[in-house]
Amino acid sequence: MKKTANNTQIITGNYAVALAAKLSRVQVVAAYPITPQSPATETLSQFVEKGELDAEYVRVESEHSALAVCIAASTVGARTFTATSANGLAYMCEQLHWAAGARLPIVLACANRAMGAPWNVLNDQQDSISQRDTGWIQIYARNSQEILDSIIQAYRIAEKLYVPAMVCYDGYILSHTVMPVEVPRQEQVDRFLPPYKPHTVLDPSTPQNLNLVTLANPRRDARGVMCHGYMELRYLLQEALENSLETVVEVDREFGDVFGRSYGGTHWGYRLEDATLILMAMGSVATEATVAVDQLRQRGHRAGLLALRVYRPFPKQDVISATKRAELIVVFDKNISYGYEGATCSDLKAALYGNSIQVPVHNYIVGLGGRDVKARELADAAERSLRWAEEGRPQKEVEWLNCHI
Amino acid sequence: MTESVLSLPDKEYMLPGNRTCAGCSLGIAYRHILKALGESTIVTVPASCLTVLHGMYPITSVNIPCMNVTFPSTAAAAAGLVAGLKAIGKKGITVVGFAGDGGTHDIGIQALSGAAERNTDFIYICYDNEAYMNTGGQRSSSTPLGATTTTTPVLGKAQHQKDMPAIMAAHRVPYVATASSSYPLDLYEKVKKARDIMGTRFLYISTPCPPGWLFPPKDTVKIGRLAVETGMVVLYEIENGGFRLTGASERLAAKGSLRPVREYIELQGRFRHITKDQIEELQRWVDSRWEEYLARQTPRPPDYSTLQN
Repeated sequence: MKKTANNTQIITGNYAVALAAKLSRVQVVAAYPITPQSPATETLSQFVEKGELDAEYVRVESEHSALAVCIAASTVGARTFTATSANGLAYMCEQLHWAAGARLPIVLACANRAMGAPWNVLNDQQDSISQRDTGWIQIYARNSQEILDSIIQAYRIAEKLYVPAMVCYDGYILSHTVMPVEVPRQEQVDRFLPPYKPHTVLDPSTPQNLNLVTLANPRRDARGVMCHGYMELRYLLQEALENSLETVVEVDREFGDVFGRSYGGTHWGYRLEDATLILMAMGSVATEATVAVDQLRQRGHRAGLLALRVYRPFPKQDVISATKRAELIVVFDKNISYGYEGATCSDLKAALYGNSIQVPVHNYIVGLGGRDVKARELADAAERSLRWAEEGRPQKEVEWLNCHI
Repeated sequence: MTESVLSLPDKEYMLPGNRTCAGCSLGIAYRHILKALGESTIVTVPASCLTVLHGMYPITSVNIPCMNVTFPSTAAAAAGLVAGLKAIGKKGITVVGFAGDGGTHDIGIQALSGAAERNTDFIYICYDNEAYMNTGGQRSSSTPLGATTTTTPVLGKAQHQKDMPAIMAAHRVPYVATASSSYPLDLYEKVKKARDIMGTRFLYISTPCPPGWLFPPKDTVKIGRLAVETGMVVLYEIENGGFRLTGASERLAAKGSLRPVREYIELQGRFRHITKDQIEELQRWVDSRWEEYLARQTPRPPDYSTLQN
């Protein structure tokens, strides 16, 4: 890792979020308090009130309105930011769809938290996973440094493709724990992240009616030019999301050139080169899984970790290449698609299907509602799966780790 | 003071032809509102009859900048426009949120109350056709007592209308006014006045709906006038807390009498199931409200404009 001029601060994930928004020179911030996101937006309001960040801070009465403010401000050409968690993100749901459909490069930080009922303020990833089909890019950070850097990267990615981006970080585990973070200098960030150039600016000098009712089929405008129907607009959003894989990698590489840190683009691996037993995870549980990999190696297994950094778009090709040598893949999901299995497990299997990779995939649901999960427990689970596969038994059912039922 | 329709600005922001129903009053109101606002305006609209009036992509019936937004978020979107324009340094643009009674009294009230409490510098206009007319005429909290709707089809609505202007006045915003599409000059004056005030300004406009209220399209203006003449709709403004009846309602107050509510309701099919008791109750409601308004014609209280952003 390249050394840059050192400005290391010992900060929480939430503070890293606020610093990243400030360094990205966001112009409009709108947020509503929710645990465990609150300290991030409190810090941002401090930056604004102290004059350290030249932005409009709208203290809205709900998350739904928070994203409404960002949507509107982005439409007139401002760089916007919001942050939330759990039920707050769910309350934004229709606005998430709207932001993506309107092709607005809003960046949102999501401190991942379990969904109620019952109330639970602790961590899992059910909130953001539930919003995966809204047309947002989703990046999952593994530590506070990556939170800060990913938010800056997210603006570059989002504003290039006109797609909103969500940076997800595990509530409490990352949001409230302190760790050393190298804070980039403003001039460096300014060089990396130029001012926002909107694709369309709503302005009285050029009256336009944005996002009015759009029919299923293409339709001619007043001059006779054929314009897209609703389905074409959806295709273009899908195309942008698919293309964003390449942009994510490019931006991460460029970030590395400027700041000396990069994150593997769409995914990262640990001791993956010769691994035949591959663990897959996302966010802070992936960090935990690196320790599990070391323990499994000590126990004589050729274990490695594949960590997803970007969940949407799903890095299908990267996942296929990373698992080519696998004899068994063990997926740890901090979410559950009720009635089926963990969401990342389904996506992994779909990617492998039809690519001549016939490998057992076992799924463990872990850490829901803040249930602790230790590296040793991950390693033990992987070993259990290994035995299962060696005994030639049929596909193992989804197992809930540390669940006392 | 504009003397007559002849002295209104010539420029039209509503283009010829739109998709509203025959006899729709929204077009009358909207045309005069846009003339009063002028071209340095951005409008934001949720799902509503105004969306229908605006047309379908890629053709629109208006030449003003407009941002369509989700149903509950009109006022929050307006707040976002205001914040965004300020952040990028664009000045002198009037931001207007424009929604129906469902989008205001019901699903939009949270965002509206929030924006008003923050005294966001924008105009909110609610046009009231007294039900979810764009979705087929379902009951809203602004549907009057005794009116049948597609979700109160047999018995009619059992409650009175929510008094939205009073709720907005309780937010102590600098300007609240009511108007009617049947009195376009009164409406024009109020929008023009609102345009030049800072902070949150709330306008409520009664807009009769022929297919929803079940009267012939030719009677739109007549029904709107009868609403005012019977006191079902009262025209007033509350400027920095000072209440004043205006236009036709001011003249009625001077004359000393309203017409009976029965004359208004018997011309509309939506009241076909109303009971004798309900008519009496509606008359009592109108009378007591009217007495309250007459009693409120007081000297102007303190100027709230000093508390603006």
